[in-house]
Order: sequence, then structure tokens, then C-alpha cells
Amino acid sequence: MTKVTMTVNGKAVSGEVEGRTLLVQFLREGLGLTGTHVGCDTSQCGACVVHVDGKAVKSCTVFALDVEGASVRTIEGMANADGSLGTLQQAFQDHHGLQCGFCTPGMVMTSAALLAENPKPTEAEVRDYLEGNICRCTGYHNIVKAVLAASGQDVSAVAAE
Amino acid sequence: MPKDHGIGASMKRREDVRFLTGRGQYTDDVSLHGQTHAVMVRSTVAHGRIRSIDTSAAAAMPGVLAVFTGEDFKDMGGNPAGWLINSRDGTPMREPKRPVLAHGKVRHVGDAYAAVVAETYAQARDAAEQLAADTEIEELPAIVDMAAAVADSSNRVHDEIPDNLCFDWGWIEDNRAKVDEVFKSAPHVTTLELVNNRLIPNAMEPRASIGEYFPGTGDYRLTTTSQNPHLHRLLIAAFVMGIPENKLTVVAPDVGGGFGSKIYHYGEEAVVLAAAKKLGRPVRWTAERSESFISDAHGRDHVTKIELACEKDGTFLAFRTATLANVGAYLSNFSTATPTFLHGTLMAGPYKVPNIYVNVKTVFTNTVPVDAYRGAGRPEATFSLERIIDKMCRELNLDPFEVRRKNFITPDMFPYTTPVGLAYDTGNYGATLDKAMEIGDVAGFEKRRAESAKKGRLRGMGLSTWIEACGIAPSHLVGVLGSRVGLYDAATVRVNATGNISVMTGAHSHGQSHETVFAQIVAEKLGVPESAVEIVHGDTSKIPFGMGSYGSRSLAVCGVAVTKAIDKIVAKGKKIAAHMLEAAEEDISFADGKFSVAGTDKAKTFGEIAFSAYVPHNYPLETLEPGLEETAFYDPANFTFPAGAYICEVEVDPETGKVDICSFACADDFGNIMNPMVVDGQVHGGVGQGIGQALLENTSYDENGQLLTGSYMDYAMPRASDVPFYTVDYSCQTPCTHNPLGVKGCGEAGAIGSPPAVVNAVIDALHRGGLTHVKHIDMPVSPSRVWSAING
Amino acid sequence: MHNFEFVKPSTIAEAVKALAREDAQALSGGQTLMPTMKQRLAAPAVLVSLTGIPEMRGVCRNGDALEIGAATTHAEVAREAAAAYPALAGLAGGIGDPAVRNLGTIGGSLANNDPAACYPAAVLGSGATVVTSKREIAADDFFQGLFSTALEEGEIIISVRFPIPERAGYAKFEQPASRFALTGAFVAKYASGVRVAITGAGQDGVFRWSDGERALSASYAADALSGLSVSPDGLMADLHGTPAYRANLVKVMTQRAVRAS
Repeated sequence: MTKVTMTVNGKAVSGEVEGRTLLVQFLREGLGLTGTHVGCDTSQCGACVVHVDGKAVKSCTVFALDVEGASVRTIEGMANADGSLGTLQQAFQDHHGLQCGFCTPGMVMTSAALLAENPKPTEAEVRDYLEGNICRCTGYHNIVKAVLAASGQDVSAVAAE
Repeated sequence: MPKDHGIGASMKRREDVRFLTGRGQYTDDVSLHGQTHAVMVRSTVAHGRIRSIDTSAAAAMPGVLAVFTGEDFKDMGGNPAGWLINSRDGTPMREPKRPVLAHGKVRHVGDAYAAVVAETYAQARDAAEQLAADTEIEELPAIVDMAAAVADSSNRVHDEIPDNLCFDWGWIEDNRAKVDEVFKSAPHVTTLELVNNRLIPNAMEPRASIGEYFPGTGDYRLTTTSQNPHLHRLLIAAFVMGIPENKLTVVAPDVGGGFGSKIYHYGEEAVVLAAAKKLGRPVRWTAERSESFISDAHGRDHVTKIELACEKDGTFLAFRTATLANVGAYLSNFSTATPTFLHGTLMAGPYKVPNIYVNVKTVFTNTVPVDAYRGAGRPEATFSLERIIDKMCRELNLDPFEVRRKNFITPDMFPYTTPVGLAYDTGNYGATLDKAMEIGDVAGFEKRRAESAKKGRLRGMGLSTWIEACGIAPSHLVGVLGSRVGLYDAATVRVNATGNISVMTGAHSHGQSHETVFAQIVAEKLGVPESAVEIVHGDTSKIPFGMGSYGSRSLAVCGVAVTKAIDKIVAKGKKIAAHMLEAAEEDISFADGKFSVAGTDKAKTFGEIAFSAYVPHNYPLETLEPGLEETAFYDPANFTFPAGAYICEVEVDPETGKVDICSFACADDFGNIMNPMVVDGQVHGGVGQGIGQALLENTSYDENGQLLTGSYMDYAMPRASDVPFYTVDYSCQTPCTHNPLGVKGCGEAGAIGSPPAVVNAVIDALHRGGLTHVKHIDMPVSPSRVWSAING
Repeated sequence: MHNFEFVKPSTIAEAVKALAREDAQALSGGQTLMPTMKQRLAAPAVLVSLTGIPEMRGVCRNGDALEIGAATTHAEVAREAAAAYPALAGLAGGIGDPAVRNLGTIGGSLANNDPAACYPAAVLGSGATVVTSKREIAADDFFQGLFSTALEEGEIIISVRFPIPERAGYAKFEQPASRFALTGAFVAKYASGVRVAITGAGQDGVFRWSDGERALSASYAADALSGLSVSPDGLMADLHGTPAYRANLVKVMTQRAVRAS
């Protein structure tokens, strides 16, 4: 076992891990942050997306030891300081961008990364950026709508209101 | 101004807050003191005889606590089939035992024959690998192709079933001779052979189970990914493990999607319970996605020949189908109902076709068991009908919109009994077709087609008009159809002393929004704010015996049970009010949260009544019980029959064969609507899955029974860029006539109605592009298949 | 996955030393290696992360060439190569998905040489030079079949040097599930002629389409390929496409790459 230290949602944390311990395992089992989910074993579903030093990564496909010293942000760190939903989270609720909720943490984290890079994405850009996040419930309609709305764009013309 | 709460309001979901902040509690999120980890050892061959399993090396590995094989469970019961289907000759279906762990033979890749429990997951995985290396399995020829399976008696999935046939079912057998007659003399006959492709459900949360045993009381608890915890308890207790039902609690916490795959009881659940008892410690198991692919029940997998007899003007005279339905290696719990009573009974569609005969042969193969997946049987029926109708229209040069309209059952004909045994209560299929043509802008198609042509793309439009029987219930009907269980649902409404309300439901929400929508119904009916209502589901120790959520039944069955329980609460409240207000019970009325005496200003609020119920200081106890809690079981009179019309537009790139969905318009009749936002979401999701089936999702086995599409690297899941914004409308409403909410169900609609609309659109695009030699392309209509069809 | 010792050197020399240990394996972005290890198809005893070596990261223009450190992520290439070599940047920006692009690296992709990966097409199509811890290897010599390269035991890629073409384009037809290239064509026009590299289609991995190169060298236009037909011999067959289908895509995607250039 090796000691690993990092900052998670603004707090310094450390723990003992094996070489093979994935970041997602460290978060879920080591820190009890179970909001980050595991939905596949081939790096495709995106349920495990977190931010490492501000960038979206699949935490099932990075070793905990490889992010030694990094700053990690998970879904648990996305709410406002007062505990209320952040803008993007609120848009997901307002536009019914989630059903079973399992893919949701990854969707929110990936979308947050998109909006950080591209504050006013087009519909096509949103869909393209979500390439690595699979949702089985929503048919993506309301996820895309929520992300567009969170970017401050008018989505009232989007079908099915 | 739309309502902001109560029935019909698009209320935001209360469950979202925990999901959006990472505080959901799914099975794998549960962590228990002293927990241990189980890993299944699964067959890597499709068909084989287990010659020996040497567990000694695995058992001696670091951290290993126990090793189980099929031998340990061989005296337990089998996992049963829930529906008994008889063959045409009256003989009952063949029901081979489905053991907890494979014993003697392994019958599909992924068939678990052993399990290892260790202190850590990694240790269990290491030992499972060792155990697999120490197992000798004699590989037998795999039975994969259904036609070959039935033809060859020498190779058997189950040694006692010579022709690999589960049953040969005719529906309705008495129709057969007449239907054959009609075909002989029909002015036109269209024939189509098609495949309804096998799908892998892929709920994003993999299955997981945690078993606990409490030696002090002899109680077991199973925390698991279930759509119906009571059904799981019943199956495990009464059929498989022989545990008294009242000694087993099944908890389904937050569940990350089901789509049918989490209805069923699976062997892993029995393994963790048995292991927990043996070790005296909690035992957990979570599937890796690669395990889900080879162990979750698959869906669909029909090979069908359908024939349509009609007049030259397109008036339907008869349908005749012959289907081979793959049931996989074992019977899963609903697997015999899906290709029969959820399929054959829907073969009339929304049409007044006088003669129908359906034949289904259900076949065992060395593949993962097949069972109900979103839509379950009804997508197969709809696809067959809507594809052959389109083909007929092309053969006779008829307008596909008008042919459907001409054959619709009209509103004046309800109730309407079809030749395949269902009695539709209400509908207006012409209205949804009109609405679809409006929102799909059929009139503007030609202009859009010309624009596509300028880009070198072939544009096409496809129509599908669909109906389903859902709100899966009436015990009296499903009993006639072979069900071994009743299909009602139940709810308990508990008004607490302080006036807030706990509602315990048999339905289970794994994305369907019950916590929000059921609260809206209760709030509306009792005149209280939604915030005063808590919906409790998913724990057999808390909820009444309900049958869970599938078959678009949550609202139409359990939701109605909630209203029935509320009716009882109101009746009891009137009694209490009569006592408190010193009035006659029949003079008390209830409205807007107040119990009032007719013709006076005397009234008690709902809260006052609740408080009084629990502080009954002066109750006439002979005639008035304390407390305010009621349970209702609701068993409807009939299925509900949602219906609709879907129009899809596609562009085909003729150079690559790639199909892009340009637009998708859905006009549905779901009866009354409780929460429009949630209905939108259900339709979107269903259509997304239907587009997945139509264009992307291909479950492929090679001749050795190896699954070639065992990960997201080869099994194409729909992604955000594969689908458009959908146009959804449900303003055409013919409320269900036999439930008090007038609701029909919307969960499966999209998955049922959409695949034929997509395929019809692709064929339309090719024909409009002059490629009239392409009559049909099997799903998934992948780029390579389209290109091959064009160039074939 | 099996356990291993994780080491993360900060210099190339340390990395080379660590990789000399028994059953040592280099880890770059890990986006392919880690799923393989989860399936227990790879089980190194020592895993040497190459992402902490500053001299292996970054994009740098040297005259007519663009040199990219092997541990540079796809996202970094997409951003930093955009001005100097837009076709290469576009290719990098289309690999996988954003999260994969934030970790996956050019060196990792080339060392793995997946027959459906994008980067091999860019490297072969550009006639780039692979600079390793031991030597420089021409692209034409580097790729040696499925998941096979000229790299020797313990040898790691340090950087890749791309000659900047006059014009270039990449067109990829995605396999519907993995979104890797079912067939991808990279076309680059140099004073010395046109190179066309095809990924995703060949049984032996990336290859040059010489008929296409001749036609485009004579006339750099999509129509110059119209009369050509591609033989399906040697092309891959799988669930997602027959050799004949891929042969069609070789031509169609090359034409689209030319139009995009």
C-alpha cells in the first residue's frame, strides 16, 4: 500500500492505496463519496466523470496514484456554498434532465467542463461533447436542453414543452 | 395559466436533488460493517458439461472466506417461469429447472457455476480466476440458431428436451382455418420475413445485491437492484430458497434504471443470501458491465414471417404470422409471456382486421435468457404490422397514411373486441394521426427533401401507428392467459398525527418519478401541499404487497390504488368529522382540505381530523376506530390501451449508408396526464431506445455461442449525437374508461412505436432516391447494412 | 486487475531505467491500457507512468516541422497544434470523447497501434518521424501490424516530429459502438507529393493507399479519385463492416478528407 494525497472538493485528503486502485475506487470506498458511479469497464459510459485539475476525466480510467497532489472535484462539490443547487444542477432539475439519476453525476461534470470551455455552446456542440456519457433513460433531449439553458440560452423553442 | 401543483402540473421532481448532489443511495453505495465481497465464476463456453471443479486452491488463497458451486445449491428450488403457456396441442410448455448456480452443464457464456467470497473484491476476483483455471468443462456444440435448434434433436440445451422447443403456441387456434381460407382467396397478399433484433437492456446501473443474515432472529435481508421487491421476495422465499416469506426483507433502494431487466430474480441474489448465512457477515456482489452483458436478461429476438391479405384498395382482410422466439438457455420469470400474450394479443394493432392467426415457437438456445425489455412483445407486434403495411402500400402504390386511416377502428366502435382476444375500451386513432401529421409537418416534407437532395442526401419519412395493452394487470385476464401470479397493486396511505402523510406503494420508482407524481395525486385529492406527502417504496418491510413497476403499470394500477386508499381516508375522515362536529356522517362533505357540515359554516381542517384520529379522547370506540391509515388493493377491470402515431424523418448518406434522424414526432393518447414534464421524459426515453434498436443496437453471437457484442466497444448504445430533439404531443386524450384517474400509461410507448417509423423512413428515403430494389433492411439499420442493401 | 507497483518518474532517464525492470510496462494516458488490464489481458508487475515527465509534453514548432511530446494529451494537441497543423489538431480533437482526450496521449496511441486509432493515420499520412529513447524511426517503418510497432523492449516514444504539409485533411467514419474509426483517411499534400494513410480498414492496421496517392499527386482534387476502385483484399471484416464496405469507405473518406483540406 502507498499513501496518496490530493485535494477533493477543496479538502485535503489522503489514504493508503494499492497500485491498481482506481481514482473512482479511492473516491467511493476510501472517501465514501459515492456520488461518482461506475457504469462500465471499458471507459465509455461516463458515469464516473470527475474533474482533475479542472479537466473532465473518467475516474475509472485513472489510477489514484497518478493524480497524487491533484485537485479533484466530484458531484458532491458542485452545489453552491449554501448547499443550494448550482446553476447547472438547477437546470437539470428544471428541465427534467435526469430520470433514474445514475448517469447524472457524470453528465453534470462533463457538462460543467463544456461550459467552462465554451460558455455558449450550440446544440450540436453539446451533443458532441456528451459523446462519452451514456444515458439510457432520457433519450438525451432534456439533458441537452438543460445544458443549453444553463448556458443562459433560451430553450423555450425546443420542442415538447 | 398552467397549474403549479396537483394533478396535471409539471412539478419539478423532488428526487432530483439527491441525485444531482451525489446523495442518491444505490445498492452499490451501501457499505456495511464487516462486509465481504462475492465474485461469480462464469462459463466462457456456450455449452459444456462440467467435469470437475477443484475449489481447494481458490479456497486457500488470501482473504478467501468461502467458495460455492452448483453442488451447494442443487437441492434448492429452481427460479420459476411466471406464466404457463400451453402448446397448440394442449400440452404444457417444457420447464427445465433453472438452478441458482449451474450444475452438471453450463448453458450459455456467462452462466455462473461457482462463486467466491473474500474479504476484498480484488481477492475474490483473484480466487475466481484460480477457480476457473481449476475447472474442467467439456465443451459441447453450441446451439445458437433457432431454426437449427428445432431441427436437430441430437444437440440439446436441456438433455430432457429433444427438439429444444419450449412450446408451439397458436393464437387463436380456432382462427387458423378461417385465416388460411382468407389468404387463399385474397385479392392481394404481401409477405415479409423480418428479424426483431435481440437487445441488451443496459440500465446504466449494473445489477448488484447485498445479502445479510441476522442469526439472532433468523431474518434475512437482501438489498438489491429490483423493480419489484415483493416479487423478488416471493420468488426467493417460496420457490428458490424455502425461506419463510416473513423472514426475508427485500430492499430496493435507488435503482438506476431497469427497463425490464431488474424485474427478474437472478441466481446472484440467492448466492449472497446463502453466503451471508454461512459466513455470518454481509456479502455483496456488483456486476461489472461485462458481466451485465452476459447475465442480464436480454430482450426481443424474434424471427418472423408475416403475411397480410388485403383488398386492392388496401383494406385489411387478414394477418398471419409465424415466429421463432428465442428464450435463451433458461426460462426467465416473464419470458414465456413476452412472445405470447404480450405479442400475439396485440397483432390487431389499431386496425379493424377481421382475421388474425399468430403462431409462436419458443426455442431454447445456448444464449443468455431472453425476457421482457421495455415494451416487451408489443414492439415486436408493432414492428411486424407497421413494416408489412408499409410494404403492402408500396406494392399497391397506396398512400401509407390513408391506408392506415382507412383501416382504423373508429371512435364509434368502442368497446371493440379484436380477433386476438383483447377488448379495447376507448381511443381515437384518426385524431393522433392528424396530430402527428401536423406536428411532423408532413405538408412541408417535399421542400425538406429537396434541400437534402442538394447535399447529396436521400430524405425519407416513415410512419408508424401503434397501440399497446399495458397497465399490466387484471388478475382475471392474466390468469386466463396463463399467469401464475395476480397482477394488482397496493398502496397504504398513513396520515400521521401531525397531519403529514406517508404513502407506501407497491410500485417501485427507478426513474419514473413516483415520489413526485404520486405526491401530486395525493395532494390534489386531500387538499394538502405536496410537501406534506412522502412516498415510500422499495422496502418489503414498509410497503404493502404490490407487484412493482413494469409494463407501464405504476400509475394505471398502483396510482389508482393510491386514490382508492385516499377514498377510504376521506370516508374515515368524514366519520371523524361527523363525530367532532356532532353531525350526521352523510351531511359531511370534503373539499379543499376541509370537512364541512352541509349548509353550515361548521368545518374541521384535514389537520384537525388527523390529530383527532390519534388523540381519540372521546371516541365512540364501538363505531369509530382511532387512527387514520388505509390500504387499498386495486385490480383493474381491463388493460389500458394507449395508442399513437409516430413520424420519423431521416437522411441517408448513399455513399456510406449512414442514417441520420432529422426529426421525430410523436402524437400519443395516454388518457389523462398527471405531470406533463414527466410524460415528455418517458416518451423521449422510449423513443431514444427505439432509435437505438432501429439503428444501432445489435446483439450478435457467433456460431460457437460467443457474444461478439459484449461491451460498449461493439454494442452500439445511442449517444446524444445520434438523436434529435423530439416533438412530443399528447393532447389527444381519450381517458381510460375503467380507472378513476382516466390514465393509460406512457412508459413503453416510445420504445413500441418508434422502430418501425425509423425503418419505414429509411426504406422511403431509398425508394424516393430511386433505389426501389430495397424492400426491407433488418434492424439495426446500420451503415454497412444500408450500404450493402443499396449496392446488393 | 492484478496488482502492480506504480512508479511515476520525472525524467526520461528514470523512466527508461524503471522500464528495464522485469515485467515493466509503460503507462501513458491509460485510456486503452487500463480497460485491458481490467480484463486481466495485461498484467504488468511494474507500471511506469510517463505523464509526469515535463520534457515529454508540449507542442513546439521548429521551422517546417511540428514536434509533439509523446505525453501530450489529445486535448492539448487539439488546442496547441490548431494554428500550425489544423488537420492534425482536428484529428486529435475528434478522438474518443472529451474525458478521454484529457488523458489519452499521442505517444500512448502510437505505441499501442490500435488498427482503428486515429493517430497512426496522421503519423503515416504525414510521413512523420517517431523519436524514441533510443533513435528516430520513420513512420513508414514504425507501424508493423496490429498492435505491433518497431519499438523494442524498454524503448519509449519521446516525441513525434510532423513535417507541416501544404494542405491536409482527415475524414473518419466512426464505428457505431466504439466510435473508433471504422475507416479513417488522412491526406497530406507536400511539395514532394501526396500521402494518403488509411486507418480502421486494414487487417494489418494503418496503411498507405498508393493508388490514391498517385492520383492525388497528379491532381489534388476529390474527383481525381472517382475512377479508382479499392480492392477489398486485406481489409478487415467484422460486425460493423465487410471488406467491400470498408473498401468503399477508403475511397469515400479519402475524398472527404481532400475536400476538408
